[in-house]
Amino acid sequence: MSTPFYVSPQQAMADRAEYARKGIARGRSLVVLQYADGIVFVAENPSRALHKVSEIYDRIAFAATGKYNEYESLRIGGTRYADLRGYTYDREDVTARGLANLYAQTLGNIFSSAAEKPYEVELLVAEVGETPAHDEIYRLPHDGSIIDEHGSVAVGGNSDQIGSYLDQRHRDDLSLGEALRLAVESLTRDSNGGERELTADQLEVAVLDRNRAQQRKFKRVSGPQLARLLDEGQTAPAAEESPESAPEDGDDEGK
Amino acid sequence: MAANSHDQGRLPAAFLRPGSSSFLDFLSDYAPERLPGSQVLPPVQGAVEAVHGTTIVAATFAGGVVLAGDRRATMGNMIAQRDVEKVFPADEYSAVGIAGTAGLAVELVKLFQLELEHFEKVEGHALSLEGKANRLSAMIRGNLGMALQGLAVVPMFAGYDLERERGRIFSYDVTGGRSEELGFAAVGSGSIFARGALKKLHREDLTEQQTATVVVQSLYDAADDDSATGGPDLARRIFPIVTVITEDGFRRLGEAEVSEIARTVTEGRLSQPNGPLAPVL
Repeated sequence: MSTPFYVSPQQAMADRAEYARKGIARGRSLVVLQYADGIVFVAENPSRALHKVSEIYDRIAFAATGKYNEYESLRIGGTRYADLRGYTYDREDVTARGLANLYAQTLGNIFSSAAEKPYEVELLVAEVGETPAHDEIYRLPHDGSIIDEHGSVAVGGNSDQIGSYLDQRHRDDLSLGEALRLAVESLTRDSNGGERELTADQLEVAVLDRNRAQQRKFKRVSGPQLARLLDEGQTAPAAEESPESAPEDGDDEGK
Repeated sequence: MAANSHDQGRLPAAFLRPGSSSFLDFLSDYAPERLPGSQVLPPVQGAVEAVHGTTIVAATFAGGVVLAGDRRATMGNMIAQRDVEKVFPADEYSAVGIAGTAGLAVELVKLFQLELEHFEKVEGHALSLEGKANRLSAMIRGNLGMALQGLAVVPMFAGYDLERERGRIFSYDVTGGRSEELGFAAVGSGSIFARGALKKLHREDLTEQQTATVVVQSLYDAADDDSATGGPDLARRIFPIVTVITEDGFRRLGEAEVSEIARTVTEGRLSQPNGPLAPVL
């Protein structure tokens, strides 16, 4: 009978963290920025149907990078949690903080349980407030820690480099076009210093817009509107246009 | 309450389990005691006295559908509330109006709205109009136990079908039986009178504005002959709720618009108390 090798707890945890980090690093990056009217999510995602950014509740959105099936089940779990909570109490009682806590507990439990493989995901939960000061962004790495972020944040493969690029250039009063442009610039930078080209149809963009008239503040930005915003951010950085003033916006969502 | 104790820890396995995109299915699986209508009522003598909402009417026009309701809630022979709201948006392209026990109706609408929203968020696209109508059917059937005790809830569902590009109306009975209505429909205690008026006034070639006027006329007629239905209250400025659903989505007419329609209708009745006359042949 063979005796199992002794593995120190430190080593076991380090191995699990290494495993998760490698899985996450394989995925494409995604960035979240605060801008004047809310929070914008920009992900490199050629798929139209498999989303990395999704709506959770009125003011709360979810973004994730890593293994699709794992973050998808967390997303659906979060939606169920938010809807159940809003149904039991009130819509106002659903908060990003509560949701982020729950995700942290869940990821932490899975990470430290020897019976489960660690999730190869990194999550972002954001809630748009009445003013920029009340915006909340939480970053949740694979191990269940939770980081309260401000301004800009990047997750995924090349996040350190993208994050520091964003930190140097991000301002709170960016217009949506400017914020988008900055996000795309940061995503196009390769880890070896080169630059790639990213077009509108390789991007998945969504905003939580605090000025949106509807109760649900989440909105996807795609197609011609996205192309126009990207152009505008490039040519006239000072243009003051919010998504709500864009002509084709809002006509397909009465209420 | 199950979820309260779970709120502190990790997401329970039921939340992460892949499967249905329906909130109702999830709730009946995870916390069935929280579904409205799931409680077993103690046996009572006769009907339970509870607040009732009354007449809901709907009519289609070329570009969509109008759904409207009066504002009265009654309890026996007493007016319980003058400004109750019985017509609600279900989602961006549909609305639901409810006659019957007010307390249960509000809860049911809340759950129905959530059901549609939940599906849309999980799946990334909205249910078809038929699908929405079927979900409502299932929810009404779930309330059958209460209905047999006298606490019936009878909804009317109207929406714009983006596939077929027209407004559609669905009516229900207490057992959840669903039927699509062509042209117009009415439900609630004043529905007999409202339907009579709609039959004489409604035509498919009316505009949105005219259709809105027709439904207010029919509600006036319902209030005229049914004590549980309230007419336009000019003194208190309480007017029927009139909602319109077109391909642009759901819209509730503002007070200015409805008060204008209500004023014209009421003024017309000063000279013709029975309302507009239909030709004999």
